[in-house]
Amino acid sequence: MSDITRIANTLMKLDDMLCDCMRCGLCQAVCPVFGATMKEADVSRGKLALLDNLAHKMIEDVDAVEEKLNRCLLCGSCQANCPSGVKILDIFMAARQALVEYRGLNPIKKLVFRQLLTHPTLFSTMMRAAAPFQGTVMRKQGSTTYDMPLMSKLIGSRHIAKLPAKSLHATYGALNTPSKCGIKVLFFAGCMADKYYTQLGEACLKVLKHHGVGVVMPTDLTCCGIPALASGDRIGFVKETEKNLAIIAKELIGGGIDYILTPCGSCTATLKEWWPHFASEFSPEQRKTIEAVAARVMDINQFLIDVLHVDEKATGFRNAGSVTKVTFHDSCHLKKSLGVASQPRKLIAQNPNYELVEMKEADRCCGCGGSFTLFHYDLSKQIGQRKRENIVKTGAGAVATGCPACMLQLSDMLSQNQDEVQVKHPVEIYAEMLPE
Amino acid sequence: MISPNLIKDLEALLGAENVFTSEADRTSYSYDSAVLPSTTPALVVRPTQTEQLGDIIRMCYEAGLAITVRGAGSNLSGGTVPDTKDSVVILTNSLNRILEINTEDLYAVVEPGVVTAQFAAAVEAKGLFYPPDPGSMSVSTIAGNIAENAGGLRGLKYGVTKDYVMGLEFYDYKGNLVKTGSRTVKCVTGFNLAGLMVASEGCMGVISKAILKLVPPPKASKALTAEFATVQDAGNAVAGIIAAHILPCTLELLDQNTLKVVEADQKAGLPTDAAAMLLIEVDGHPAQVADDAARVEEVLKKCNATAVHLPGSAEEKNKLWTARRMALPALARARPTCVLEDATVPRSQIPAMLAKLDEIAKKYDLQMGTFGHAGDGNLHPTILCDKRDKEEFARVEAAVDEIFDVALKLGGTLSGEHGIGTAKAKWMEKETSKGTIEFCQRMRRACDPNGLLNANKITGI
Ligand SMILES: Cc1cc2nc3c(=O)[nH]c(=O)nc-3n(C[C@H](O)[C@H](O)[C@H](O)COP(=O)(O)OP(=O)(O)OC[C@H]3O[C@@H](n4cnc5c(N)ncnc54)[C@H](O)[C@@H]3O)c2cc1C
Ligand code: SF4
Ligand code: SF4
Repeated sequence: MSDITRIANTLMKLDDMLCDCMRCGLCQAVCPVFGATMKEADVSRGKLALLDNLAHKMIEDVDAVEEKLNRCLLCGSCQANCPSGVKILDIFMAARQALVEYRGLNPIKKLVFRQLLTHPTLFSTMMRAAAPFQGTVMRKQGSTTYDMPLMSKLIGSRHIAKLPAKSLHATYGALNTPSKCGIKVLFFAGCMADKYYTQLGEACLKVLKHHGVGVVMPTDLTCCGIPALASGDRIGFVKETEKNLAIIAKELIGGGIDYILTPCGSCTATLKEWWPHFASEFSPEQRKTIEAVAARVMDINQFLIDVLHVDEKATGFRNAGSVTKVTFHDSCHLKKSLGVASQPRKLIAQNPNYELVEMKEADRCCGCGGSFTLFHYDLSKQIGQRKRENIVKTGAGAVATGCPACMLQLSDMLSQNQDEVQVKHPVEIYAEMLPE
Repeated sequence: MISPNLIKDLEALLGAENVFTSEADRTSYSYDSAVLPSTTPALVVRPTQTEQLGDIIRMCYEAGLAITVRGAGSNLSGGTVPDTKDSVVILTNSLNRILEINTEDLYAVVEPGVVTAQFAAAVEAKGLFYPPDPGSMSVSTIAGNIAENAGGLRGLKYGVTKDYVMGLEFYDYKGNLVKTGSRTVKCVTGFNLAGLMVASEGCMGVISKAILKLVPPPKASKALTAEFATVQDAGNAVAGIIAAHILPCTLELLDQNTLKVVEADQKAGLPTDAAAMLLIEVDGHPAQVADDAARVEEVLKKCNATAVHLPGSAEEKNKLWTARRMALPALARARPTCVLEDATVPRSQIPAMLAKLDEIAKKYDLQMGTFGHAGDGNLHPTILCDKRDKEEFARVEAAVDEIFDVALKLGGTLSGEHGIGTAKAKWMEKETSKGTIEFCQRMRRACDPNGLLNANKITGI
């Protein structure tokens, strides 16, 4: 069988889903990549048409189709807006996998997804090893951001925050605190809140403690798997998820865990939607855990508002001094995949030291898209610039968003433009008004 | 084959990043929103300045290349599917500047690729109103609207795109700039060439600039919905409202099949036992609006409406209108392929048309839902099918033929707003006459002697 026939046959399995696209083109209105390039091959309609052509062997250049397919943030804006209800993300994920299985994974991605992210200790050791040297390798750019000229191969000219000396789980160890309010949660910090935005992880723990929520936090949870999935690396995804399932299954034994919380829209969406979607990759035992996880996992903003109803409790004290204007960016996974949009806003409104002002296009993608930004930095910056303009136009001194990946992108964009706008997670803003 | 020299020249003119030659890029301009086979062009170019349009056309025309100009590619009749594999496609979506919004003289000047919704929003921000609102306005371009004479929900009271075109600039086949109309309400300087360009579907030249009329926005509006036990009653209500000399800004109809499909998809509590539902909105001066709404309610009741709702809050209104907004999406989700038709009949013939549509659906054993702009007789019978099923799709094609036959017999037209393209070209003569087709072809040959401007579309050349 020729190679093209092989890939065509695999893609033909998607034919029923591909056929749902009626080529109306309405995705042009919302696709951030199309918004930046105005090229049909960059919008879902164009990508779906290319896949359809490849499936029917009407186009031969597999490399070009793959290249186009990867110019996508997997933000889901098109799917949320598609009149025909095309399962665009399912198609893109499956197609990326088919293409990776056809030609093999890029070696850098292989190292990251199959080694680094599945071995949390290795990952943390690397971060710890890097932290003390930051002074020599990182140049101060904004008031809290730096660029790293020596590491430009990996991170480009990005402005990033200083790496913390210690990861969240290294600071706290394995947590298991008793519940005072009758609710117990497993806290899935996610790579970013565990190793990079540790202050976010700490804020979450502080808020949960304040409200008497019992918290279980195992030390060896690994990546949720979305970066591997998005790169078509099924094997890496399965490896990571098997590790997580083993750890979570142990904690779920005997019941008692009511919710699994994450402060990251992408992690929540992955545990809730992608794990069950790929359940057939796992053993029956593991599938049971996947089901149990999907039923319990919840975004922490949503938990605080919909379960704890913290907005019905008294708000915090107003500090002396001026009120900070804050605007909110809807992370794609949080709003478009999980439908969480009002809760983080309500949470911010609890802190009287902040005033929430809406920006234009609050739910337009910031351009990060996980590993998209690593491989398409220029495009990512172009999309991010539009978000930055909308943020700056509000005159806000801070921007909040419910996903650490978005936080990274927003800080970079704002810092590149020398804007003195702080980037925070809604839970951080809420935590600020609680007593220490 | 396109000569490498021409490609080099175009790259010099536009920059290499605006000349697309790769198979993958070209393939993505091989289709539009019509359910038709695609054709991949040989070359795609994207000017970033309107002046470049003239040079592109001249160079390509002299090289004997077929030319198709494309906005958002959202038309439903194949107008942007290239004529041949050797075609060049010219994209207008980087010509997207709003050049002027004049709030004193009530007009705007725009480039061809400005997106309709973005334009309407910019106009609204200046306190004025641009009424044409095709369902695709979030992506469609102004020149695409002009070249298709796009309509929308507000057609009955506010007219369609052609009613807002005050003047145009376009490039002819030689690459010369042609100007027509002006910024003034009145202008008789020469032929009304703007009229020629409206609904020209890329066959006469390439629009490079448009002067559009703006109007003051209505100060108030009020919405009503009504349910009916028979389509005859709904049709009588539509006629009755107009006969009472009320011009609602929207007067939309959903038939029972559509209601059922939307309800199955949305669970919005729609009356699936009703034969038809009307959604009506009146706008204007607040006192007039209150008066009109009361009289509409009267007419609805007189015409045996089984229920009439006057939503109190914006939220309630929004909920009721979801049914209309979700009509096409819900139908589209029900089956893989959705063939959206556009036959239009005189208002008085709506009940007859709906009855015939039911008959046709039964005869060919097809699932069909009909919704649309009842106020102007522009219905959208929508057939749900799977184009991969050859046998079923043959039935769809036969049914579409019959829908057109019926529409014409009832004194209607093939297309209210979706254009002819190649999709409906074969029926043109039936609605018009042999002489009409020949006249159009002679006119086209004068404007396009080598037959290269979207030659297969509408009447052929
Ligand atoms: C979901 C959906 C809903 C729709 N609803 C409506 C509706 O309510 N009412 C309605 O009328 N239509 C509707 N349409 C049809 C379509 O959107 C309109 O015809 C629209 O005007 C097309 O605009 P476009 O920019 O996509 O043009 P395209 O599809 O790109 O082009 C349309 C035609 O215009 C020509 N053209 C484009 N630019 C130029 C130019 N600069 N100079 C000369 N010719 C040019 C093209 O060659 C082609 O023949 C709908 C379509 C969809 C998919
Ligand atoms: S909006 Fe959906 S149906 Fe329409 S072109 Fe895009 S993917 Fe296809
Ligand atoms: S997922 Fe986002 S980036 Fe990708 S095609 Fe859809 S809208 Fe565009």
